[in-house]
Amino acid sequence: MFELLGITPQALYSQLLVGLINGSFYALLSLGLAVIFGMLNIINFTHGAQYMLGAFLAWIGLTQLGPWLGSPDFSLNYWAALIVVPLLVGALGIVIERTMLRHLYKLDHLYGLLLTFGIALIIEGLFRQWHGSSGKSYDIPEVLRGAINLGFMYLPKYRAWVIVASLTVCFATWFVIERTKLGSYLRAGTENPRLVQAFGINVPLMITLTYGFGVALAGFAGVLAAPIFTVSPQMGADLIIVVFAVVVIGGMGSILGSIVTGLALGLVEGLTKVFYPEASAVVVFVIMSIVLLVRPAGLFGREK
Amino acid sequence: MKRKLVSLAVAAALTLAPGALVAQQKGGLKLSDGVVKIGILTDMSGLYADLSGAGSITAAKMAIEDFRAQEKGNVFPIELVYGDHQNKGDVASNKAREWFERDKVDMIGDLVTTSTALAVMPIAKQANRITIVSGAASTLITGKNCTDTNVHYVYDTYALANGTGKAVVKQGGDSWFFLTADYAFGHSLEKDTSDVVKANGGKVLGAVRHPFPGTDFSSFLLKAQSSGAKVIGLANAGTDTTNSIKQAAEFGIMPKQSLAGLLMFLTDIHSLGLKTAQNMYLTEGFYWDFNAETRAWSKRYYDQHKRMPTMVQAGVYSSTMHYLKAVKAAGTDEAKAVMAKMKQTPVNDFFAKNARIRDDGRLVHDFYLLQVKKPEESKYPWDYYHVRQVIPAADAVGPAANSECPLMKK
Amino acid sequence: MLTRTQWGFIALIVAGVLAPHLGVYPTFLMKCWCLALFACAFNLLLGYTGLLSFGHAAFIGAAGYIAGYSIKAWGLSPELGILAGTAFAGVLGYLFGSLAIRRAGIYFAMITLALAQMLYFVWLQMKFTGGEDGLQGVPRGKLFGVIDLADTLNLYYFVFAIFIVGFLLIYRTIHSPFGQVLKSIRENEPRAISLGYDVDKYKLLAFVLSAALAGLAGATKTVVFQLASLTDAHWHTSGEVVLMTLLGGLGTVFGPVVGAFVVVGLQNQLADKVGSWVQVIMGAIFVVCVLAFRRGIVGEWMTLFSRKR
Repeated sequence: MFELLGITPQALYSQLLVGLINGSFYALLSLGLAVIFGMLNIINFTHGAQYMLGAFLAWIGLTQLGPWLGSPDFSLNYWAALIVVPLLVGALGIVIERTMLRHLYKLDHLYGLLLTFGIALIIEGLFRQWHGSSGKSYDIPEVLRGAINLGFMYLPKYRAWVIVASLTVCFATWFVIERTKLGSYLRAGTENPRLVQAFGINVPLMITLTYGFGVALAGFAGVLAAPIFTVSPQMGADLIIVVFAVVVIGGMGSILGSIVTGLALGLVEGLTKVFYPEASAVVVFVIMSIVLLVRPAGLFGREK
Repeated sequence: MKRKLVSLAVAAALTLAPGALVAQQKGGLKLSDGVVKIGILTDMSGLYADLSGAGSITAAKMAIEDFRAQEKGNVFPIELVYGDHQNKGDVASNKAREWFERDKVDMIGDLVTTSTALAVMPIAKQANRITIVSGAASTLITGKNCTDTNVHYVYDTYALANGTGKAVVKQGGDSWFFLTADYAFGHSLEKDTSDVVKANGGKVLGAVRHPFPGTDFSSFLLKAQSSGAKVIGLANAGTDTTNSIKQAAEFGIMPKQSLAGLLMFLTDIHSLGLKTAQNMYLTEGFYWDFNAETRAWSKRYYDQHKRMPTMVQAGVYSSTMHYLKAVKAAGTDEAKAVMAKMKQTPVNDFFAKNARIRDDGRLVHDFYLLQVKKPEESKYPWDYYHVRQVIPAADAVGPAANSECPLMKK
Repeated sequence: MLTRTQWGFIALIVAGVLAPHLGVYPTFLMKCWCLALFACAFNLLLGYTGLLSFGHAAFIGAAGYIAGYSIKAWGLSPELGILAGTAFAGVLGYLFGSLAIRRAGIYFAMITLALAQMLYFVWLQMKFTGGEDGLQGVPRGKLFGVIDLADTLNLYYFVFAIFIVGFLLIYRTIHSPFGQVLKSIRENEPRAISLGYDVDKYKLLAFVLSAALAGLAGATKTVVFQLASLTDAHWHTSGEVVLMTLLGGLGTVFGPVVGAFVVVGLQNQLADKVGSWVQVIMGAIFVVCVLAFRRGIVGEWMTLFSRKR
């Protein structure tokens, strides 16, 4: 059937697989947004900048840190970065939450959006000033170089790893929030913070940690992205708008929803690239418009 | 009443030749406002900051200092201003207007990216000032959109296509597939290269247009891969190009198919690293390590800027020097007179040998077909290219007969 | 006895008429007036209706392209070209508005942002816009076939007149019964619904009006700079207009005008000297405004003024 359209099944499968890889980034980022939104009721516009920060810190760790510390041989390798960088990005997030976001909870949520937008501009501008915008390259770690021959395509090992790693993190997050006691506090805190506070749970701390965690997810995605995409100050800005659309499509109500929507839209984008590549940049937005017409609350959202 | 007076003054400033205003005698020269003002309008912070940007300003400064030294200090006052156009046509046009109308800038140089060059050129023509484009690529600059106050100094898509395209076809790369940035510059680069490939007996199997700027090229690369073409032509620039090369390496495209970067600069190779970029062919209008003369200048440049010059930055130096000499020879900074001198005198320096500026503004000079070295072949920092061929000036620029520029028909 | 707003208005007109004669560079002023109108149009939505659109770049950008193309390719006179651009932005506002008002608050912001980004890609790929190169060489032409706009001062007063007309229209809207309903929606939407107002209809109308006026600003800007480019359609522009309005004073009549002059002036002064620090500074202003300066320049000034009395 596809042959009739001049498309081989090989081409189709390989594009779908590539779509899935992009989808895993959408899933990781929209998951972070959803977690933050659930607890803080703000949309974190800094998310893209924090993703970029993750990639940059990984690059700095690999290539710059040693010389800075005076021992050129030292470097933070990819695997260490995968742990350390999200912690750093998360820590910075906690600082932002404690010093700035915290003061806005009583106000209209739009101020949270504006504040995080401003912070995003600052972070992006700083990195552009320090490193220019031509981009830095980050080498794929030794173990994951090369490709697996799947018959219909060569799948680079690193891309396969991206899918595995991001899905693992996504579902672990889902499990913690939906299936553990800690998660139940979180969900209760989302529904009724005062009541939870009355049970002796430190809700402000929980909010802080949630923001830190959501942001750490963005940092994690950044480290994952560093070897694939050129590390540059503007890498997060364009991606985050697509992720916003993903979030609108999925509806913010559900953790699982944001993961599934992210992956699905990656696949849809992949399909578009096979059949009508010119539309691949807009397809997510078109879907968003359709969803809004049919189901304004989003696919997984609940109408309040 | 007052309004009328002021509008008269403004009108006078706009319409009369600057030379007619407060003509002053400085060093035996007729200068419009007592000083020759050069403006470098470039990308200070964006995608092209590395290949032009601060480096171009350094180059222009060097040119002014060297000119002063050559003239043993006995020169007219020269002033340098610079600005960041952020690769935006509107910012560039705004800045250029301000420079011409308010600050009395006499010449604007660099003008990286086609959109900014095309925006500034007509404004310069209107104000009767000179533009010297070093950074932008489109053939429109000396084609349909040419002006008589502009010089296109360094390179254009025709020269790049002709150099790289022809060479690659001759090496046996006779079937092509293009990965094209989906905007005017990408399209023109694709078209120019397709023409060259076909003219040399090659085939073009197809093209895929990617959004600009793109981050993920894997799906487009897979299309290129399944086309079975021997060569994948990258009709894009900056980060898009470096990204596509990295990702092509990942998908194991390289050994079976080869990549041709149609617009790449020394700084792109620097940021990619030789390991990824090795063996690629590319065309540039200048390479720092070409001969003793280029090396001597480039080392001086390196001492100031800590990076080797790209062809754009070298072009800014050479063109600024050429301009200043023309001002001296013409005895005025009036655009038409200076332009006439610039076109009369051939450029003869480390950048170009016996190169002349055509009526459409194109500087006709040699190009170099380069191949990126393997990591083990690179002996010292910035040792990146083998010079495979010197493309003679006559082959590197579009034939005058095909020109769409009305100035050429005279 | 004149009210404070009337005094402000007189001051604005006097300043606007005199400014180009006081040595201020006219092209810079024209840019300021265009963006001030843009910010005022935006303020109508955010300041008076409580809707945060993060996609207003779509309207200023689209109108710029339509005006530029109709003047350049179809030979329309500048006033007709500007009208064409404004009308297009209005229609676009109707389409985007109908979608976006289905959700409120943060969702509304994200939807407008996403729709604007979609349009950005459309312009990027359309032939007539010139993509990255922009639509260039738009002739300024003759206003009503008589007044030559190539003359900078003529053009300046034309632009200033457009600003004043747009500004007055917004002012009238705010103080009309329609404007009162908008404010009631901002303050308490459920209440407005229970009072029997078709809230969605009012919101949509406000959105269309705001979009059309943003379009008027964009179309005028194209005539001034003789080009339309992607810059205006980029989300950075959407962010900038939020900043201008916020910095000047949300929901104040003159705030957006002040904000626009400060932001454009800063960018103009700093761009060459500090490079990317401009973006950092803009971001910092955002942060400071949100955290400590939510009334904006005009808002704070008015509070100070009333306290003294």
